[in-house]
Amino acid sequence: MKKLMTLLLMAFVCVGLHAQTKSDLPNVTIKNLDGKDVNISTLSNNGNPIVLTFWATWCGPCIKEHNALNDVYQDWQDETGVAIYAVSIDDSRSTAKVKPTVEGKGWEFNILLDVNSDLKRAMNVSNPPHTFLFDGTGKLVYQHTGYFEGAEEDLYEEILKVAKKKK
Amino acid sequence: MHKHILFILALALTFSFRASAQSFLENSQVSGSFQTDAQYYMLDQGIGITDLNGKKFGINGFGKLNYTNGNFSAGIRFEAFLPEMNGFRSELNGVGLANFFASYDNGFIGMTVGDIYDQFGSGLVFRTYEEWSLGMDNALRGARVVFRPTKGVTLKAVYGRQRYYWAPYLERDFAADDYRGIVRGIDADWDLNQSIPALNESKFKMSLGGSFVSKKQFDQSSFYNIPLNVGAAAARINLGYGGFAFSTEYAYKVNDPSAINNFIYKEGRAILSSLSYSQKGFGAVLQVKRVDNMSFKSMYTGKQNNLDINFIPPINYTHTHSLPSMYTYSTQPNGEMAAQLQINYTIPKGTALGGKYGTKLAFNMSQVNDIVRDSVAFGNQIGLNEPGTLGYTSKFFAISNHRFFRDINFEIDKKIGKNWHLTAQYINLYYDIETIEGHAGAPVVKANIAFLDATYKINKRQSLRLELQGLWENEVYAGYEYEESEKKDYQKRGDWLAALLEYTITPHWSFSIADKWNYGNPVPEFRDHYFTGSVSYIHDATRIMLSAGRQSEGVVCVGGVCRTVPASSGVSLTVSTSF
Repeated sequence: MKKLMTLLLMAFVCVGLHAQTKSDLPNVTIKNLDGKDVNISTLSNNGNPIVLTFWATWCGPCIKEHNALNDVYQDWQDETGVAIYAVSIDDSRSTAKVKPTVEGKGWEFNILLDVNSDLKRAMNVSNPPHTFLFDGTGKLVYQHTGYFEGAEEDLYEEILKVAKKKK
Repeated sequence: MHKHILFILALALTFSFRASAQSFLENSQVSGSFQTDAQYYMLDQGIGITDLNGKKFGINGFGKLNYTNGNFSAGIRFEAFLPEMNGFRSELNGVGLANFFASYDNGFIGMTVGDIYDQFGSGLVFRTYEEWSLGMDNALRGARVVFRPTKGVTLKAVYGRQRYYWAPYLERDFAADDYRGIVRGIDADWDLNQSIPALNESKFKMSLGGSFVSKKQFDQSSFYNIPLNVGAAAARINLGYGGFAFSTEYAYKVNDPSAINNFIYKEGRAILSSLSYSQKGFGAVLQVKRVDNMSFKSMYTGKQNNLDINFIPPINYTHTHSLPSMYTYSTQPNGEMAAQLQINYTIPKGTALGGKYGTKLAFNMSQVNDIVRDSVAFGNQIGLNEPGTLGYTSKFFAISNHRFFRDINFEIDKKIGKNWHLTAQYINLYYDIETIEGHAGAPVVKANIAFLDATYKINKRQSLRLELQGLWENEVYAGYEYEESEKKDYQKRGDWLAALLEYTITPHWSFSIADKWNYGNPVPEFRDHYFTGSVSYIHDATRIMLSAGRQSEGVVCVGGVCRTVPASSGVSLTVSTSF
């Protein structure tokens, strides 16, 4: 009996030890386009990679980057299951323009609103665009600032490294 | 027997302690960022820099560290201005710990002590924020409590004193020019869709909010009777149904005589509303705003861009190309009425006009006029805006003929074939430079602006980008007759041409050369070229940018990143990284 208890205790402790999965997604709550609260630390994509991109309606390179990402998003999703969350750092000057901009440009990403720059501060973003890649467990594996023509290809190579084998 | 139990307990305790210590360490996360912007200034007779005033260098830098562990987080930001770069306030000169905080938030209750950035609603009565590229930081040093009693309900309370460059926060240390008050605020937000289960999945969206903010200030005036407490309140509502969204916020402030409003005792009001409709491929938004005597600062003598408790957003289009961004509108807190309409439409792929990739169109129009002010007394015994009086009365819906600003622009964005990408925009601008920039007597800027931005992909790794811009003023041009004594008001006026060529090697390198030419300035000696060359290197989250040449004021976007820069001549270096 004692031995069983010991084993149970040990097992419990061990499980406790191994249940610690470290996620780099910060405990910050912002809103989505429907006004719903989204805690970033709870984002999950069934073990597939997550891309967080910071942008603003007034940032030219960001618009270029997102137009380029949108062109390939469907293919990327089919091949790797990746989910892109585009975090707008527009403040009250331009928050109302975010949804019409996103819809008008036909972007398919999940859009989040960081009106008070809480997530921007927590993730140490200085200037948009700034792109983060998390693997299926929420571990930060790659980040990149700025956008150059064709840079989405490099992001995709990084996504392929952490994506679960699909084919 | 007992020995065994004790042994097991001890073992379990040891393990669980080790487990918690280990999980504590495993959950510990440190992240941060660094940035240094440095400039070496040179004399440049050509653009009127004949004296550096003993300042050859300007260096702005910060280092920021964040620590998080589960629900706990803390951070510090160290800043150095040695000395500050040109265009930044000289009070920033110095080095020190500018910002720190510690916070615990378990979702039900959150507490923060230290420097707080937050906003209530759209910020009409309270917003603290930091904008490095502008040297602007009005953080509230104090405490904040956030309470979420039930899903969809958020209650907040803040208390503290705002950052004023490097001024100490203790009351007893007040300098003669620093009479900052204490700011206190509460806010409630109720999202009906999250708190009422029946509405969780409804197409109908509704949220309500309200806030109250007050400042307690110190009357230092021997002439005016400055109120000890000034309160401001705001109420807001957001509604949505399918593709439609409507939101509005109304704010009211009691009498608040200040240097900005010329010490009048009138109440302040502001309203900001927006209505939008969007569906895949189409989006439209209409915004209207009315501001009446709504400057709200925690130091009533302040006139600069600091110690603002509230934020009145300019709602016009934000231009990022260098010529249109020379004339950027800023909010007139003493009174304005503004409207803005933006339409985005994508002509679908596969249609005659849409082509293979679709064609993106955008239209934007914004206009700002003054409010109408009437005398507070019959027979005009009291002049408008007379200090120490109620100032004026203003009809809510009356719009003055005095136009501050108008911007009508149209943009087309098209990918042609696999290798070409074109963006073109036409802008018609009206800019009352006398009101917005304080150039008394200077004629209004009425201009047509056009740009073409063409990117050619040489191959997978390399691309070339050419940007051509022109700005043509209708009334002020080469040959315009000006008063010799007002010559300096014509700096940057008249016609401009600008070109930029950028060569990028993805993912690391970007090389660019650019010239801006004020060829049509009425004053011959201001017809200058602003030539710059720059190289930038990006590796993951590190960016190094070196540039040399002349820079005129505006927003510059090179190497995929935008920032605002003041006029200068010389060499500048920016290094930034985050981890």
